[in-house]
Amino acid sequence: MSKSILFGKTLAELNEICKQIGLPGFAGKQIAQWLYQKEVYSIAEMTNLSLKSRELLAQKYEVGLEAPIKVQVSADGTKKYLFQAKAGNFIETAMMPDNDRKTVCVSSQVGCKMGCLFCMTARQGFQSNLTAGEILNQYRSISEWAEITNLVYMGMGEPFDNIDEVLKSLEILTSDWGYALSPKRITVSTIGIIPGMKTFLEKSNCHLAVSMHTPFEEERKKLMPIEQVYSLEEVIEHIRAFDFGLQRRVSFEYIMFKGVNDTPRHVKELIRLLNGLRCRINLIRFHPIPDSPLQGSDDETIMEFKDTLNRKGIITTLRASRGQDIYAACGLLSTKELVKKQEKDY
Amino acid sequence: MQSLNPVLITDSQPIANKAFLLQFNRTFIFKPGQIIGITTQKEIAPRLYSICSTPNDATVSILYTIKEDGVLTPQLSALKAGETIWITQPQGKFLFDGKPSWWIATGTGIAPFYSMFQSGQKPLKLIHGGRTQNDLYFHQEFQALTDYIKCCSQDSGNGIYAGRLTKYIDEQESLPPHINYYLCGSAEMVVDVRNLLIKKGAEYHQIITEIYF
Ligand SMILES: Cc1cc2nc3c(=O)[nH]c(=O)nc-3n(C[C@H](O)[C@H](O)[C@H](O)COP(=O)(O)OP(=O)(O)OC[C@H]3O[C@@H](n4cnc5c(N)ncnc54)[C@H](O)[C@@H]3O)c2cc1C
Ligand code: SF4
Repeated sequence: MSKSILFGKTLAELNEICKQIGLPGFAGKQIAQWLYQKEVYSIAEMTNLSLKSRELLAQKYEVGLEAPIKVQVSADGTKKYLFQAKAGNFIETAMMPDNDRKTVCVSSQVGCKMGCLFCMTARQGFQSNLTAGEILNQYRSISEWAEITNLVYMGMGEPFDNIDEVLKSLEILTSDWGYALSPKRITVSTIGIIPGMKTFLEKSNCHLAVSMHTPFEEERKKLMPIEQVYSLEEVIEHIRAFDFGLQRRVSFEYIMFKGVNDTPRHVKELIRLLNGLRCRINLIRFHPIPDSPLQGSDDETIMEFKDTLNRKGIITTLRASRGQDIYAACGLLSTKELVKKQEKDY
Repeated sequence: MQSLNPVLITDSQPIANKAFLLQFNRTFIFKPGQIIGITTQKEIAPRLYSICSTPNDATVSILYTIKEDGVLTPQLSALKAGETIWITQPQGKFLFDGKPSWWIATGTGIAPFYSMFQSGQKPLKLIHGGRTQNDLYFHQEFQALTDYIKCCSQDSGNGIYAGRLTKYIDEQESLPPHINYYLCGSAEMVVDVRNLLIKKGAEYHQIITEIYF
Protein backbone atom coordinates (compact mmCIF):
# COMPACT_ATOMS: atom_id res chain seq x y z
CA MET A 1 0.00 0.00 0.00
CA SER A 2 1.43 3.41 -0.91
CA LYS A 3 2.03 5.78 1.96
CA SER A 4 0.30 9.13 2.43
CA ILE A 5 2.37 12.25 2.00
CA LEU A 6 3.12 14.62 4.90
CA PHE A 7 4.61 17.46 2.86
CA GLY A 8 1.83 19.96 2.16
CA LYS A 9 -0.18 19.22 5.29
CA THR A 10 -1.18 22.20 7.42
CA LEU A 11 -0.50 22.30 11.15
CA ALA A 12 -4.15 21.41 11.85
CA GLU A 13 -3.90 18.40 9.54
CA LEU A 14 -0.63 17.28 11.11
CA ASN A 15 -2.15 17.59 14.59
CA GLU A 16 -5.05 15.44 13.43
CA ILE A 17 -2.66 12.80 12.04
CA CYS A 18 -0.75 12.77 15.35
CA LYS A 19 -3.99 12.34 17.26
CA GLN A 20 -5.07 9.45 15.05
CA ILE A 21 -1.85 7.49 15.38
CA GLY A 22 -1.33 8.29 19.04
CA LEU A 23 1.56 10.77 18.93
CA PRO A 24 1.84 13.45 21.66
CA GLY A 25 0.02 16.75 21.13
CA PHE A 26 3.19 18.78 20.49
CA ALA A 27 4.45 16.42 17.75
CA GLY A 28 2.35 18.13 15.04
CA LYS A 29 4.29 21.37 15.38
CA GLN A 30 7.60 19.53 15.50
CA ILE A 31 6.75 17.71 12.26
CA ALA A 32 5.71 21.01 10.64
CA GLN A 33 9.09 22.48 11.55
CA TRP A 34 10.96 19.51 10.11
CA LEU A 35 8.89 19.66 6.92
CA TYR A 36 8.99 23.39 6.31
CA GLN A 37 11.91 24.84 8.23
CA LYS A 38 14.60 22.19 8.04
CA GLU A 39 15.85 20.28 5.08
CA VAL A 40 14.68 16.75 5.76
CA TYR A 41 13.65 14.18 3.20
CA SER A 42 12.62 11.35 5.51
CA ILE A 43 10.77 10.77 8.76
CA ALA A 44 13.91 9.08 10.15
CA GLU A 45 15.63 12.49 10.11
CA MET A 46 13.02 14.04 12.44
CA THR A 47 15.23 13.40 15.40
CA ASN A 48 13.37 15.32 18.10
CA LEU A 49 10.48 12.85 17.71
CA SER A 50 10.94 9.69 19.74
CA LEU A 51 12.00 6.60 17.83
CA LYS A 52 8.60 5.08 18.60
CA SER A 53 6.81 8.14 17.18
CA ARG A 54 8.91 8.07 14.03
CA GLU A 55 8.15 4.37 13.57
CA LEU A 56 4.44 4.91 14.04
CA LEU A 57 4.45 7.81 11.60
CA ALA A 58 6.53 5.95 9.01
CA GLN A 59 4.10 3.04 8.95
CA LYS A 60 1.56 5.12 7.05
CA TYR A 61 3.34 8.29 5.99
CA GLU A 62 6.34 9.58 4.11
CA VAL A 63 7.72 13.10 3.58
CA GLY A 64 7.03 12.95 -0.15
CA LEU A 65 9.27 15.60 -1.70
CA GLU A 66 9.66 15.02 -5.44
CA ALA A 67 12.66 16.17 -7.45
CA PRO A 68 12.02 17.70 -10.89
CA ILE A 69 12.37 15.29 -13.77
CA LYS A 70 13.58 17.88 -16.22
CA VAL A 71 15.04 21.38 -16.20
CA GLN A 72 15.75 23.74 -19.05
CA VAL A 73 17.81 26.91 -18.71
CA SER A 74 17.25 29.97 -20.84
CA ALA A 75 19.94 32.38 -21.97
CA ASP A 76 18.47 35.01 -19.60
CA GLY A 77 18.75 32.69 -16.61
CA THR A 78 15.08 31.68 -16.50
CA LYS A 79 14.70 28.04 -15.63
CA LYS A 80 11.78 25.79 -16.52
CA TYR A 81 11.23 22.79 -14.33
CA LEU A 82 8.99 19.83 -15.05
CA PHE A 83 7.66 17.69 -12.23
CA GLN A 84 5.93 14.38 -12.71
CA ALA A 85 2.22 14.41 -11.91
CA LYS A 86 -0.04 11.40 -11.89
CA ALA A 87 -0.88 9.42 -15.02
CA GLY A 88 1.78 10.62 -17.42
CA ASN A 89 1.07 14.31 -16.91
CA PHE A 90 3.48 17.03 -15.96
CA ILE A 91 3.56 20.04 -13.68
CA GLU A 92 5.38 23.06 -15.02
CA THR A 93 7.28 25.56 -12.87
CA ALA A 94 9.39 28.56 -13.85
CA MET A 95 12.13 30.27 -11.87
CA MET A 96 13.00 33.80 -12.96
CA PRO A 97 16.07 35.56 -11.58
CA ASP A 98 16.07 39.35 -11.75
CA ASN A 99 18.85 41.36 -10.06
CA ASP A 100 18.46 40.66 -6.35
CA ARG A 101 15.14 38.84 -6.77
CA LYS A 102 14.37 35.26 -7.64
CA THR A 103 10.74 34.55 -8.40
CA VAL A 104 9.19 31.12 -8.71
CA CYS A 105 6.02 30.77 -10.78
CA VAL A 106 4.00 27.75 -9.64
CA SER A 107 1.15 25.81 -11.23
CA SER A 108 -2.04 25.08 -9.30
CA GLN A 109 -3.58 22.49 -11.64
CA VAL A 110 -2.41 20.11 -14.32
CA GLY A 111 -4.05 21.58 -17.39
CA CYS A 112 -6.96 23.97 -17.04
CA LYS A 113 -10.72 24.12 -17.66
CA MET A 114 -10.98 27.81 -18.42
CA GLY A 115 -10.32 27.68 -22.17
CA CYS A 116 -8.69 31.10 -22.69
CA LEU A 117 -8.11 31.61 -26.43
CA PHE A 118 -4.48 32.73 -26.08
CA CYS A 119 -3.30 30.01 -23.72
CA MET A 120 -1.44 26.81 -24.45
CA THR A 121 -2.47 25.17 -21.18
CA ALA A 122 -6.11 25.49 -22.28
CA ARG A 123 -5.34 23.22 -25.23
CA GLN A 124 -4.10 20.52 -22.93
CA GLY A 125 -7.52 20.32 -21.26
CA PHE A 126 -7.89 19.65 -17.55
CA GLN A 127 -6.15 16.70 -15.96
CA SER A 128 -6.21 17.26 -12.21
CA ASN A 129 -6.09 19.63 -9.29
CA LEU A 130 -2.75 19.81 -7.52
CA THR A 131 -2.59 19.17 -3.80
CA ALA A 132 -1.05 21.78 -1.49
CA GLY A 133 1.99 19.48 -1.33
CA GLU A 134 2.31 19.34 -5.11
CA ILE A 135 2.04 23.14 -5.28
CA LEU A 136 4.66 23.69 -2.57
CA ASN A 137 6.96 21.01 -3.94
CA GLN A 138 7.47 23.26 -6.98
CA TYR A 139 9.05 25.81 -4.63
CA ARG A 140 10.83 23.52 -2.19
CA SER A 141 12.29 21.07 -4.70
CA ILE A 142 14.01 23.43 -7.11
CA SER A 143 17.71 23.94 -6.59
CA GLU A 144 17.43 27.67 -5.83
CA TRP A 145 14.61 27.28 -3.29
CA ALA A 146 16.48 28.86 -0.39
CA GLU A 147 17.16 31.99 -2.47
CA ILE A 148 13.59 32.47 -3.69
CA THR A 149 12.32 35.94 -2.76
CA ASN A 150 8.88 35.89 -4.42
CA LEU A 151 6.23 33.38 -5.39
CA VAL A 152 3.59 33.91 -8.05
CA TYR A 153 0.68 31.55 -8.75
CA MET A 154 0.70 32.17 -12.49
CA GLY A 155 1.66 28.80 -13.94
CA MET A 156 -0.74 26.22 -15.29
CA GLY A 157 -4.31 26.27 -14.07
CA GLU A 158 -6.72 28.66 -12.40
CA PRO A 159 -5.83 28.87 -8.69
CA PHE A 160 -9.38 29.70 -7.59
CA ASP A 161 -10.72 26.62 -9.36
CA ASN A 162 -8.65 24.74 -6.77
CA ILE A 163 -9.19 27.14 -3.91
CA ASP A 164 -8.93 24.75 -0.95
CA GLU A 165 -5.51 23.39 -1.85
CA VAL A 166 -4.24 26.84 -2.89
CA LEU A 167 -5.31 28.30 0.47
CA LYS A 168 -3.61 25.48 2.34
CA SER A 169 -0.40 26.07 0.40
CA LEU A 170 -0.59 29.81 1.21
CA GLU A 171 -1.16 29.04 4.89
CA ILE A 172 1.97 26.86 4.95
CA LEU A 173 4.02 29.50 3.13
CA THR A 174 3.02 32.35 5.44
CA SER A 175 2.56 30.74 8.89
CA ASP A 176 5.24 30.99 11.55
CA TRP A 177 5.24 27.17 11.84
CA GLY A 178 5.64 26.96 8.04
CA TYR A 179 7.96 28.88 5.75
CA ALA A 180 7.10 32.17 7.51
CA LEU A 181 7.24 34.15 4.27
CA SER A 182 5.65 37.56 4.15
CA PRO A 183 2.33 37.51 2.22
CA LYS A 184 3.68 40.59 0.43
CA ARG A 185 6.04 38.29 -1.42
CA ILE A 186 3.25 36.15 -2.82
CA THR A 187 0.84 36.97 -5.65
CA VAL A 188 -2.06 34.79 -6.74
CA SER A 189 -3.39 35.37 -10.22
CA THR A 190 -6.96 34.67 -11.32
CA ILE A 191 -9.13 35.16 -14.36
CA GLY A 192 -11.86 36.21 -11.95
CA ILE A 193 -13.62 33.22 -10.36
CA ILE A 194 -15.60 35.39 -7.95
CA PRO A 195 -16.52 32.86 -5.20
CA GLY A 196 -12.90 31.68 -4.94
CA MET A 197 -11.60 35.24 -5.13
CA LYS A 198 -13.81 36.32 -2.23
CA THR A 199 -12.64 33.39 -0.10
CA PHE A 200 -9.02 34.19 -0.95
CA LEU A 201 -9.44 37.87 -0.07
CA GLU A 202 -10.97 36.99 3.28
CA LYS A 203 -8.67 34.15 4.28
CA SER A 204 -5.28 35.26 2.99
CA ASN A 205 -3.21 38.45 2.93
CA CYS A 206 -1.36 37.73 -0.29
CA HIS A 207 -1.50 40.02 -3.30
CA LEU A 208 -4.15 39.54 -5.98
CA ALA A 209 -3.58 39.74 -9.73
CA VAL A 210 -6.53 39.63 -12.13
CA SER A 211 -6.06 38.66 -15.78
CA MET A 212 -8.00 41.34 -17.61
CA HIS A 213 -6.66 41.49 -21.18
CA THR A 214 -9.38 43.90 -22.33
CA PRO A 215 -11.75 46.24 -20.52
CA PHE A 216 -14.60 45.57 -22.97
CA GLU A 217 -17.10 42.83 -22.17
CA GLU A 218 -17.82 41.83 -25.77
CA GLU A 219 -14.12 41.48 -26.56
CA ARG A 220 -13.29 39.68 -23.32
CA LYS A 221 -16.04 37.11 -23.97
CA LYS A 222 -14.23 36.05 -27.12
CA LEU A 223 -10.83 35.83 -25.43
CA MET A 224 -11.91 34.37 -22.10
CA PRO A 225 -15.07 32.25 -21.74
CA ILE A 226 -15.20 33.08 -18.01
CA GLU A 227 -16.55 36.53 -18.92
CA GLN A 228 -19.92 34.86 -19.67
CA VAL A 229 -20.11 33.60 -16.10
CA TYR A 230 -18.26 36.10 -13.91
CA SER A 231 -17.89 39.39 -15.75
CA LEU A 232 -14.91 41.71 -15.28
CA GLU A 233 -17.32 44.41 -14.17
CA GLU A 234 -18.53 42.23 -11.27
CA VAL A 235 -14.96 41.23 -10.42
CA ILE A 236 -13.98 44.90 -10.14
CA GLU A 237 -17.11 45.66 -8.14
CA HIS A 238 -16.05 43.04 -5.57
CA ILE A 239 -12.50 44.36 -5.51
CA ARG A 240 -13.77 47.90 -4.92
CA ALA A 241 -15.91 46.69 -2.04
CA PHE A 242 -12.98 44.98 -0.31
CA ASP A 243 -10.62 46.83 2.00
CA PHE A 244 -7.11 45.99 0.76
CA GLY A 245 -5.40 48.11 3.41
CA LEU A 246 -2.15 49.82 2.56
CA GLN A 247 0.09 46.77 2.20
CA ARG A 248 -1.96 44.49 0.03
CA ARG A 249 -1.83 45.00 -3.70
CA VAL A 250 -4.19 44.36 -6.56
CA SER A 251 -2.88 44.34 -10.09
CA PHE A 252 -4.34 43.64 -13.52
CA GLU A 253 -2.51 41.50 -16.06
CA TYR A 254 -2.88 42.67 -19.62
CA ILE A 255 -1.42 40.70 -22.55
CA MET A 256 -1.01 42.99 -25.54
CA PHE A 257 -2.66 41.61 -28.70
CA LYS A 258 -2.04 43.43 -31.95
CA GLY A 259 -5.08 45.36 -33.14
CA VAL A 260 -7.29 43.66 -30.57
CA ASN A 261 -6.78 45.37 -27.21
CA ASP A 262 -3.96 47.87 -27.79
CA THR A 263 -5.77 50.98 -29.07
CA PRO A 264 -6.44 54.43 -27.54
CA ARG A 265 -10.07 53.31 -27.12
CA HIS A 266 -8.80 50.63 -24.71
CA VAL A 267 -6.68 53.11 -22.78
CA LYS A 268 -9.71 55.35 -22.35
CA GLU A 269 -11.91 52.52 -21.13
CA LEU A 270 -9.23 51.27 -18.73
CA ILE A 271 -9.03 54.70 -17.18
CA ARG A 272 -12.80 54.83 -16.78
CA LEU A 273 -13.06 51.30 -15.42
CA LEU A 274 -10.26 51.61 -12.87
CA ASN A 275 -11.01 55.18 -11.84
CA GLY A 276 -10.25 55.67 -8.15
CA LEU A 277 -9.06 52.10 -7.60
CA ARG A 278 -5.59 51.75 -6.04
CA CYS A 279 -4.08 49.24 -8.45
CA ARG A 280 -1.50 48.74 -11.13
CA ILE A 281 -1.47 47.26 -14.61
CA ASN A 282 1.16 44.81 -15.79
CA LEU A 283 1.45 44.73 -19.55
CA ILE A 284 2.75 41.49 -21.01
CA ARG A 285 4.13 40.84 -24.47
CA PHE A 286 2.32 38.05 -26.30
CA HIS A 287 4.36 35.39 -28.00
CA PRO A 288 2.03 33.56 -30.35
CA ILE A 289 1.25 29.94 -29.67
CA PRO A 290 0.93 27.58 -32.65
CA ASP A 291 -2.12 28.22 -34.91
CA SER A 292 -3.19 31.19 -32.83
CA PRO A 293 -5.44 33.80 -34.44
CA LEU A 294 -3.81 36.41 -32.17
CA GLN A 295 -0.53 38.26 -32.57
CA GLY A 296 1.52 40.32 -30.18
CA SER A 297 1.45 44.13 -30.33
CA ASP A 298 4.59 45.83 -31.56
CA ASP A 299 6.97 47.48 -29.11
CA GLU A 300 6.11 51.01 -30.13
CA THR A 301 2.40 50.44 -29.48
CA ILE A 302 3.13 48.80 -26.14
CA MET A 303 5.31 51.72 -25.01
CA GLU A 304 2.74 54.28 -26.09
CA PHE A 305 0.00 52.34 -24.28
CA LYS A 306 2.11 52.11 -21.13
CA ASP A 307 3.15 55.76 -21.16
CA THR A 308 -0.40 57.00 -21.68
CA LEU A 309 -1.73 54.95 -18.79
CA ASN A 310 1.09 56.17 -16.55
CA ARG A 311 0.42 59.78 -17.57
CA LYS A 312 -3.22 59.27 -16.66
CA GLY A 313 -2.21 58.11 -13.19
CA ILE A 314 -2.47 54.32 -13.49
CA ILE A 315 0.87 52.76 -12.54
CA THR A 316 1.66 50.57 -15.53
CA THR A 317 4.68 48.38 -16.03
CA LEU A 318 5.81 46.13 -18.86
CA ARG A 319 6.72 42.69 -17.65
CA ALA A 320 9.95 41.50 -19.23
CA SER A 321 9.50 38.42 -21.37
CA ARG A 322 11.47 35.63 -19.88
CA GLY A 323 12.91 32.42 -21.21
CA GLN A 324 11.50 32.75 -24.71
CA ASP A 325 14.17 30.44 -26.09
CA ILE A 326 12.82 27.61 -23.95
CA TYR A 327 9.07 27.97 -24.55
CA ALA A 328 8.15 30.32 -21.73
CA ALA A 329 4.50 30.52 -22.72
CA CYS A 330 2.55 28.89 -19.97
CA GLY A 331 1.78 25.29 -20.78
CA LEU A 332 3.94 24.94 -23.86
CA LEU A 333 6.54 22.76 -22.26
CA SER A 334 4.19 20.40 -20.53
CA THR A 335 1.85 20.17 -23.51
CA LYS A 336 4.82 19.06 -25.54
CA GLU A 337 5.49 16.46 -22.92
CA LEU A 338 1.90 15.33 -22.64
CA VAL A 339 2.47 11.86 -23.93
CA LYS A 340 -0.74 10.20 -23.00
CA LYS A 341 -3.80 11.81 -24.53
CA GLN A 342 -6.92 11.21 -22.51
CA GLU A 343 -10.06 9.73 -23.94
CA LYS A 344 -12.38 12.52 -25.09
CA ASP A 345 -15.42 13.23 -22.96
CA TYR A 346 -17.78 13.58 -25.94
CA MET B 1 -21.03 34.33 -1.21
CA GLN B 2 -24.05 35.28 -3.29
CA SER B 3 -27.22 35.11 -1.19
CA LEU B 4 -29.06 31.79 -1.26
CA ASN B 5 -32.82 31.41 -1.18
CA PRO B 6 -34.76 28.26 -0.40
CA VAL B 7 -37.17 26.81 -3.00
CA LEU B 8 -39.27 23.67 -3.01
CA ILE B 9 -38.61 21.05 -5.64
CA THR B 10 -41.77 20.46 -7.67
CA ASP B 11 -40.39 17.51 -9.63
CA SER B 12 -37.20 15.52 -10.05
CA GLN B 13 -37.09 12.78 -12.69
CA PRO B 14 -34.37 10.73 -14.31
CA ILE B 15 -34.65 11.36 -18.06
CA ALA B 16 -31.78 9.19 -19.22
CA ASN B 17 -28.93 7.20 -17.76
CA LYS B 18 -27.40 9.40 -15.01
CA ALA B 19 -29.32 12.47 -16.28
CA PHE B 20 -32.01 14.20 -14.25
CA LEU B 21 -34.48 16.96 -14.87
CA LEU B 22 -35.01 19.02 -11.73
CA GLN B 23 -37.90 21.46 -11.43
CA PHE B 24 -38.89 24.13 -8.95
CA ASN B 25 -41.20 27.14 -8.89
CA ARG B 26 -39.93 30.20 -10.69
CA THR B 27 -39.49 33.18 -8.36
CA PHE B 28 -37.29 35.32 -10.62
CA ILE B 29 -36.96 36.74 -14.11
CA PHE B 30 -34.19 35.49 -16.39
CA LYS B 31 -33.07 35.35 -19.98
CA PRO B 32 -32.56 32.14 -22.01
CA GLY B 33 -28.91 31.15 -21.70
CA GLN B 34 -28.54 32.26 -18.08
CA ILE B 35 -27.39 30.09 -15.20
CA ILE B 36 -28.14 29.80 -11.50
CA GLY B 37 -26.25 28.47 -8.52
CA ILE B 38 -27.85 25.51 -6.74
CA THR B 39 -27.00 23.66 -3.56
CA THR B 40 -28.68 21.21 -1.23
CA GLN B 41 -27.33 22.79 1.97
CA LYS B 42 -25.98 26.22 2.74
CA GLU B 43 -22.68 24.67 3.85
CA ILE B 44 -21.97 23.30 0.35
CA ALA B 45 -20.83 25.92 -2.18
CA PRO B 46 -23.47 26.23 -4.91
CA ARG B 47 -22.66 24.72 -8.29
CA LEU B 48 -23.72 26.50 -11.47
CA TYR B 49 -26.41 25.15 -13.82
CA SER B 50 -27.87 26.43 -17.07
CA ILE B 51 -31.60 26.97 -16.95
CA CYS B 52 -33.22 24.84 -19.63
CA SER B 53 -36.83 26.07 -19.28
CA THR B 54 -38.19 29.31 -20.74
CA PRO B 55 -38.67 32.67 -19.01
CA ASN B 56 -42.45 32.21 -19.30
CA ASP B 57 -42.67 28.79 -17.68
CA ALA B 58 -44.06 28.73 -14.15
CA THR B 59 -41.36 26.28 -13.14
CA VAL B 60 -37.60 26.41 -13.69
CA SER B 61 -35.99 23.26 -15.13
CA ILE B 62 -32.39 22.17 -14.75
CA LEU B 63 -30.81 19.32 -16.68
CA TYR B 64 -27.90 17.70 -14.91
CA THR B 65 -25.90 14.50 -14.87
CA ILE B 66 -24.69 12.78 -11.72
CA LYS B 67 -20.95 12.86 -11.16
CA GLU B 68 -20.41 9.72 -9.08
CA ASP B 69 -17.45 11.24 -7.23
CA GLY B 70 -18.93 14.75 -7.12
CA VAL B 71 -20.20 16.46 -3.97
CA LEU B 72 -23.51 17.95 -5.02
CA THR B 73 -25.04 15.91 -7.83
CA PRO B 74 -25.32 12.59 -5.91
CA GLN B 75 -27.15 14.48 -3.12
CA LEU B 76 -29.30 16.40 -5.57
CA SER B 77 -30.44 13.23 -7.29
CA ALA B 78 -31.67 11.80 -3.98
CA LEU B 79 -34.06 14.72 -3.38
CA LYS B 80 -37.78 14.40 -4.14
CA ALA B 81 -40.64 16.78 -4.88
CA GLY B 82 -41.48 18.78 -1.76
CA GLU B 83 -37.90 18.91 -0.48
CA THR B 84 -35.87 22.12 -0.34
CA ILE B 85 -32.87 23.26 -2.35
CA TRP B 86 -31.06 26.61 -2.18
CA ILE B 87 -30.64 28.80 -5.23
CA THR B 88 -28.84 32.01 -6.17
CA GLN B 89 -30.19 34.71 -8.44
CA PRO B 90 -29.83 34.00 -12.18
CA GLN B 91 -26.63 35.31 -13.72
CA GLY B 92 -24.49 34.90 -16.81
CA LYS B 93 -24.26 36.38 -20.28
CA PHE B 94 -24.36 33.43 -22.65
CA LEU B 95 -27.20 35.11 -24.52
CA PHE B 96 -28.23 34.54 -28.12
CA ASP B 97 -28.39 37.74 -30.21
CA GLY B 98 -30.65 36.25 -32.91
CA LYS B 99 -28.06 36.52 -35.69
CA PRO B 100 -27.55 33.54 -38.03
CA SER B 101 -25.70 30.95 -35.97
CA TRP B 102 -24.71 27.38 -35.41
CA TRP B 103 -25.32 26.05 -31.94
CA ILE B 104 -22.89 23.35 -30.88
CA ALA B 105 -23.19 21.38 -27.64
CA THR B 106 -22.09 18.21 -25.95
CA GLY B 107 -24.00 16.41 -23.20
CA THR B 108 -25.84 18.71 -20.78
CA GLY B 109 -24.34 21.66 -22.68
CA ILE B 110 -27.57 21.48 -24.69
CA ALA B 111 -29.48 23.03 -21.74
CA PRO B 112 -29.14 26.75 -22.64
CA PHE B 113 -29.97 25.98 -26.27
CA TYR B 114 -33.12 24.15 -25.20
CA SER B 115 -34.19 27.23 -23.25
CA MET B 116 -33.48 29.44 -26.27
CA PHE B 117 -35.25 27.05 -28.66
CA GLN B 118 -38.33 26.69 -26.43
CA SER B 119 -38.40 30.49 -26.19
CA GLY B 120 -38.73 30.73 -29.98
CA GLN B 121 -35.09 31.34 -30.91
CA LYS B 122 -33.58 29.21 -33.66
CA PRO B 123 -30.14 28.44 -35.05
CA LEU B 124 -29.25 27.74 -38.68
CA LYS B 125 -27.91 24.45 -37.44
CA LEU B 126 -27.81 22.62 -34.13
CA ILE B 127 -25.04 20.07 -33.60
CA HIS B 128 -25.32 17.96 -30.47
CA GLY B 129 -22.67 15.43 -29.55
CA GLY B 130 -22.52 12.64 -27.01
CA ARG B 131 -21.16 9.16 -26.67
CA THR B 132 -24.55 7.54 -27.34
CA GLN B 133 -28.06 8.64 -28.34
CA ASN B 134 -28.85 8.44 -24.64
CA ASP B 135 -26.73 11.58 -24.11
CA LEU B 136 -28.65 13.57 -26.73
CA TYR B 137 -31.23 15.06 -24.40
CA PHE B 138 -34.44 16.54 -25.87
CA HIS B 139 -33.69 15.02 -29.28
CA GLN B 140 -37.35 14.45 -29.98
CA GLU B 141 -38.23 18.09 -29.44
CA PHE B 142 -35.26 19.29 -31.51
CA GLN B 143 -36.43 17.23 -34.52
CA ALA B 144 -38.62 20.25 -35.30
CA LEU B 145 -35.48 22.12 -36.37
CA THR B 146 -34.65 21.95 -40.08
CA ASP B 147 -30.98 21.26 -39.51
CA TYR B 148 -30.34 19.16 -36.44
CA ILE B 149 -27.24 16.96 -36.38
CA LYS B 150 -26.92 14.22 -33.78
CA CYS B 151 -23.33 13.05 -33.40
CA CYS B 152 -22.52 9.94 -31.40
CA SER B 153 -18.96 8.74 -30.92
CA GLN B 154 -20.09 5.28 -29.75
CA ASP B 155 -23.47 4.82 -31.38
CA SER B 156 -24.96 4.61 -34.83
CA GLY B 157 -28.39 4.08 -36.37
CA ASN B 158 -31.34 6.00 -37.57
CA GLY B 159 -30.58 9.69 -38.08
CA ILE B 160 -27.31 9.52 -36.15
CA TYR B 161 -24.00 10.76 -37.46
CA ALA B 162 -21.62 8.07 -36.24
CA GLY B 163 -18.59 9.97 -35.03
CA ARG B 164 -17.58 12.91 -32.83
CA LEU B 165 -19.01 16.29 -33.66
CA THR B 166 -15.47 17.51 -34.37
CA LYS B 167 -15.31 14.94 -37.18
CA TYR B 168 -18.65 16.13 -38.52
CA ILE B 169 -17.49 19.77 -38.51
CA ASP B 170 -14.15 18.86 -40.05
CA GLU B 171 -15.93 17.08 -42.91
CA GLN B 172 -17.87 20.19 -43.91
CA GLU B 173 -16.33 21.50 -47.10
CA SER B 174 -16.65 25.10 -46.03
CA LEU B 175 -18.25 27.03 -43.22
CA PRO B 176 -21.01 29.51 -44.03
CA PRO B 177 -19.55 33.02 -44.01
CA HIS B 178 -20.54 35.71 -41.51
CA ILE B 179 -22.34 33.54 -39.01
CA ASN B 180 -21.74 33.11 -35.31
CA TYR B 181 -20.95 29.90 -33.45
CA TYR B 182 -22.32 29.30 -29.96
CA LEU B 183 -20.50 26.53 -28.12
CA CYS B 184 -21.56 25.03 -24.80
CA GLY B 185 -20.22 22.06 -22.85
CA SER B 186 -16.97 20.72 -21.46
CA ALA B 187 -13.73 22.69 -21.73
CA GLU B 188 -12.29 19.95 -23.88
CA MET B 189 -15.06 20.15 -26.46
CA VAL B 190 -15.12 23.95 -26.48
CA VAL B 191 -11.36 24.23 -27.03
CA ASP B 192 -11.29 21.46 -29.67
CA VAL B 193 -14.23 22.92 -31.62
CA ARG B 194 -12.97 26.50 -31.37
CA ASN B 195 -9.57 25.46 -32.75
CA LEU B 196 -11.24 23.51 -35.52
CA LEU B 197 -13.56 26.35 -36.54
CA ILE B 198 -10.62 28.76 -36.64
CA LYS B 199 -8.62 26.25 -38.68
CA LYS B 200 -11.53 26.04 -41.11
CA GLY B 201 -11.59 29.79 -41.58
CA ALA B 202 -13.88 31.18 -38.87
CA GLU B 203 -12.71 34.34 -37.09
CA TYR B 204 -12.23 33.91 -33.36
CA HIS B 205 -14.65 36.73 -32.63
CA GLN B 206 -17.47 34.81 -34.34
CA ILE B 207 -17.22 32.18 -31.60
CA ILE B 208 -19.10 32.57 -28.30
CA THR B 209 -18.42 29.94 -25.69
CA GLU B 210 -19.81 28.71 -22.37
CA ILE B 211 -17.64 26.23 -20.50
CA TYR B 212 -19.01 23.89 -17.81
CA PHE B 213 -15.85 24.05 -15.71
C1 LIG C 1 -21.39 28.01 -16.30
C2 LIG C 1 -21.65 26.60 -15.89
C3 LIG C 1 -22.85 25.99 -16.21
C4 LIG C 1 -23.08 24.66 -15.88
N1 LIG C 1 -24.26 24.07 -16.24
C5 LIG C 1 -24.47 22.76 -15.99
C6 LIG C 1 -25.69 22.11 -16.40
O1 LIG C 1 -26.58 22.75 -16.98
N2 LIG C 1 -25.82 20.80 -16.15
C7 LIG C 1 -24.84 20.06 -15.51
O2 LIG C 1 -25.01 18.85 -15.32
N3 LIG C 1 -23.70 20.66 -15.09
C8 LIG C 1 -23.50 21.98 -15.30
N4 LIG C 1 -22.33 22.59 -14.87
C9 LIG C 1 -21.40 21.79 -14.02
C10 LIG C 1 -21.86 21.90 -12.55
O3 LIG C 1 -21.70 23.23 -12.09
C11 LIG C 1 -21.08 20.99 -11.59
O4 LIG C 1 -19.71 21.20 -11.80
C12 LIG C 1 -21.38 19.52 -11.78
O5 LIG C 1 -22.77 19.29 -11.65
C13 LIG C 1 -20.65 18.66 -10.76
O6 LIG C 1 -20.99 19.03 -9.46
P1 LIG C 1 -20.67 18.07 -8.24
O7 LIG C 1 -20.79 18.84 -6.97
O8 LIG C 1 -21.46 16.81 -8.32
O9 LIG C 1 -19.17 17.67 -8.48
P2 LIG C 1 -17.89 18.35 -7.81
O10 LIG C 1 -17.73 17.86 -6.41
O11 LIG C 1 -17.95 19.80 -8.00
O12 LIG C 1 -16.76 17.74 -8.73
C14 LIG C 1 -16.82 17.99 -10.13
C15 LIG C 1 -15.95 17.02 -10.86
O13 LIG C 1 -14.61 17.31 -10.56
C16 LIG C 1 -14.00 16.18 -10.07
N5 LIG C 1 -13.08 16.57 -8.98
C17 LIG C 1 -13.39 17.02 -7.76
N6 LIG C 1 -12.27 17.26 -7.07
C18 LIG C 1 -11.25 16.96 -7.90
C19 LIG C 1 -9.84 16.97 -7.79
N7 LIG C 1 -9.25 17.35 -6.67
N8 LIG C 1 -9.09 16.61 -8.85
C20 LIG C 1 -9.68 16.21 -9.98
N9 LIG C 1 -11.00 16.17 -10.15
C21 LIG C 1 -11.76 16.53 -9.12
C22 LIG C 1 -15.07 15.27 -9.53
O14 LIG C 1 -14.67 13.95 -9.63
C23 LIG C 1 -16.20 15.58 -10.45
O15 LIG C 1 -16.16 14.76 -11.59
C24 LIG C 1 -22.09 23.92 -15.19
C25 LIG C 1 -20.90 24.55 -14.82
C26 LIG C 1 -20.67 25.87 -15.17
C27 LIG C 1 -19.38 26.53 -14.79
S1 SF4 D 1 -4.75 31.61 -19.06
FE1 SF4 D 1 -4.82 30.64 -17.04
S2 SF4 D 1 -7.03 30.40 -16.66
FE2 SF4 D 1 -6.82 30.78 -18.86
S3 SF4 D 1 -6.74 28.72 -19.76
FE3 SF4 D 1 -4.60 29.38 -19.38
S4 SF4 D 1 -4.08 28.55 -17.39
FE4 SF4 D 1 -6.31 28.49 -17.58
